[in-house]
Amino acid sequence: MKVGLFVPCYINQFYPKVAIDTLELLEKLGLEVGYPLNQTCCGQPMANSGYEHLTGSTNELFTQNFAGYDYIVSPSGSCTLHIKDHLHSDRYPAESKNIRSRIYELTEFLTDIIKVDNIKASFPHRVGLHQSCHGQRGLKLAQMTELTAPAFSKPEQLLKMVEGIELVPLTRADECCGFGGTFCVAEEAVSVKMGKDRVADHIKNNAEYITAADMSCLMHMEGILKRQKSPVKVVHIAEILNAAMV
Amino acid sequence: MSREKILNAIRQNQPEYQPLPEEVNFYFEDVDLIEKFKQVLEFIGGRLHAVSNYTEAKAYLESIMPPAGRWITAVPEFQDHATLIEPGDPHLLENVDVAIIKAHFGVAENGAVWVTEELMGARALPFITQHLVILLNKNNIVPLMQQAYRLIGNVEYGYAAFIAGPSKTADIEQSLVIGAHGPRSLTIILTD
Amino acid sequence: MSLTKDHAALAQVFNNDEERVDWHDETLWFVRAKRDRASHGIPDWELLRETASRIKHNVLSNMHNYLVQFEENALANGIKVHWAADAAEHNAIVLSILKEKGIERMVKSKSMLTEECHLNDFLQDNGVEVIDSDLGERIVQLAKEPPSHIVLPCIHKKKEEIGDIFHEHLGTAAGESDPQILTETARQHLREIFLTRRAALTGVNFAIAETGEFVVCTNEGNADMGAHLADVHIASMGFEKLIPQRKHLSVFLRLLTRSATGQPITTYSSHFKKPRPGQQMHIIIVDNGRSIQLSREDFRNSLKCIRCGACMNTCPVYRRSGGHSYHTAVAGPIGSILAPNLDMEKYADLPFASTLCGSCTNVCPVKIDIHDQLYKWRQVIVKNGYSTKTKTAMMKGMTLALSSPAIFNLSGKAGRLALKFIPFAVNNGLNPWYKQRDMPTPPEGSFTDWYKKNRKGGKP
Ligand code: SF4
Repeated sequence: MKVGLFVPCYINQFYPKVAIDTLELLEKLGLEVGYPLNQTCCGQPMANSGYEHLTGSTNELFTQNFAGYDYIVSPSGSCTLHIKDHLHSDRYPAESKNIRSRIYELTEFLTDIIKVDNIKASFPHRVGLHQSCHGQRGLKLAQMTELTAPAFSKPEQLLKMVEGIELVPLTRADECCGFGGTFCVAEEAVSVKMGKDRVADHIKNNAEYITAADMSCLMHMEGILKRQKSPVKVVHIAEILNAAMV
Repeated sequence: MSREKILNAIRQNQPEYQPLPEEVNFYFEDVDLIEKFKQVLEFIGGRLHAVSNYTEAKAYLESIMPPAGRWITAVPEFQDHATLIEPGDPHLLENVDVAIIKAHFGVAENGAVWVTEELMGARALPFITQHLVILLNKNNIVPLMQQAYRLIGNVEYGYAAFIAGPSKTADIEQSLVIGAHGPRSLTIILTD
Repeated sequence: MSLTKDHAALAQVFNNDEERVDWHDETLWFVRAKRDRASHGIPDWELLRETASRIKHNVLSNMHNYLVQFEENALANGIKVHWAADAAEHNAIVLSILKEKGIERMVKSKSMLTEECHLNDFLQDNGVEVIDSDLGERIVQLAKEPPSHIVLPCIHKKKEEIGDIFHEHLGTAAGESDPQILTETARQHLREIFLTRRAALTGVNFAIAETGEFVVCTNEGNADMGAHLADVHIASMGFEKLIPQRKHLSVFLRLLTRSATGQPITTYSSHFKKPRPGQQMHIIIVDNGRSIQLSREDFRNSLKCIRCGACMNTCPVYRRSGGHSYHTAVAGPIGSILAPNLDMEKYADLPFASTLCGSCTNVCPVKIDIHDQLYKWRQVIVKNGYSTKTKTAMMKGMTLALSSPAIFNLSGKAGRLALKFIPFAVNNGLNPWYKQRDMPTPPEGSFTDWYKKNRKGGKP
């Protein structure tokens, strides 16, 4: 099984450790992981701003980079969802269609494809799990509180395998953090207020760390936490799942 | 003129025909319907009192309702306690304190009762009265709205309503206040 | 962009008072929580939603015939049927009905359609007094404001503010803010109105093709008080209110109020089929852009809406920006997909007033793909030229950087280029990111740099 690692642009540039942990985690599971060096971005920043028509070239690039893999895995629910819903290539229509059905967000790849049942990692902290909306409602990584349906959560399923971790319950289990791509600057006031409220829910429930399967939400919340000089930190789920045993 | 314009635009723009979904039977809990009805009715601010005959019902009503007020009924059996409603200007009902009417049936899932115009005496009566009393036969409670509309079928009426609890509002800061424009209380008398 | 303030600017003003934002958010979240309790109590809730959605799909696809059928049956029931292509025609019809009867004062129960048509202003300009009888609507009417929510019109007002309005207009004691007392005052005030108005206008929740009747749902009983005491009852409806058969109410009435407020059903679900003897009953069927929306494949599902307001209560943006920030009659997520159909330029901002979190789509009782439509409207709006030049330039710059691995990876120290082109990372004093948030600390190198050093080459 050949796995292509797709690292979203902002993770590549700002949070390389998240990508390293993702890579190491997949390698530890014995997978053959490739990283196409020419990758840039899924095109979502443009598309969500109404400029999907400009994403032709990023789409072509993405298709070329990842056409050869059995699976494409990414530590971001949001970027994964965007590819799943919107990737199309005029030059390689079959390949792009194929990619759409073979791209997985990291946690769903681990639970649904690899079916991991134990993880050798330790993270002895109180952790609040932020359900990023695109992962949760878009990729259905976890049940949504709005629906009348049985509960499940793929990220939680994995986190529960981590030694020493204590997951704290949240008052609002799956409220959006307010990042929203360009929304975070275009609607600065509401975006920040949503972020503050989300962070406050974790703090109120005694979390030391906020984790998520999407670094963009965490980057936004981190920005708020740092400005508040809060001791609470953000940590991507890949960092926890790849945390060394103590 | 606009009629043709609108209908033509719609004909042109509507999507390809989609059939109605097949009718399914919706789920309902196998519970005591009276108990469920009572529970929901109380949750929505109404009260339920079971009696074995009208004499008992009258005694009960006298114990809880303002005695001196104007009582009106559309139920002939209550004539000696309330004035039988007569056709006329609904404005004359302005000062009714207690209205007593019958319902066809009740719905357990939402505490509503179904009342058609002829059971109201006047359309305005169940709304304009300060307190509303509805007689309901305890054998006439259905589980869901699905069964309710099966009972209603294609029956003819000029006006009809599901009535569920007393009139209410939560428009001010979501605080529930009973007695908005209509009745300040709703009493369902459950009869044999 | 139009000259009026857009959603972001209005939302910023709303956010100047953070305590109020918290209060607004909590109040609406409370309603969402009640909705959850009600819907989770129905084990086959999702099947109910699916059924409703499919019934509405059938309606959209057979709208023409259902309307003709509805009209025929309504006429046979003794109801007068009018057709209005737009808001102006709707308003003119109402006025002519009133004029014919020599009526100068009308009482009105909740109808978002009349808000959409700005009926009150029109009638006032033509010498007709209109009094809104829904408590929340009466409150905003006295405050000279539009409703901020389709189900909870004055949800943005605190009880103390309502107390002040009542003190000024209805003579309550200064400082009185007890909801019980204020409601009782409104009851007395409006009872007098109901008893003296010869015309009543109501909205329509559902109109039934098969029988020619229509259903109005209220908790207060105000629609009935108005209609049953008036000589003339006018009911205004957008044509999408149609459902095929009476029995379909058993689906919609189960969904509507549970979604709206968490009640199992509204206090009154009133079925109007025939005028009472001596009364006139009119129905005005309104298009006002709906037939155009019907033609838009990506957006026609918005016409399934039953106006429950659940998408507003759940929307994290609505809760923190207030209904008025949407500057249109129907606010929130549903308003944001309806409004651009009427005026793409004026409402170009609304589809962007969302994080696309998708909660609206999940609560919607008729399963409208609201957040997908928001995304699609963004594309349509940009393609039609209603975006700003700055934004377009920025997007083009980003596209350029992201289309070329060479440019993307050009930076020595990671992030320099991304800092420039990723919109949330423009590091200068005007950066809206930085106003209330710190920037991520740029690391020593990018992941690509690390990978080149630590793993052999590119693709294995
Ligand atoms: S779009 Fe759906 S959730 Fe929103 S008001 Fe309409 S029916 Fe309710």
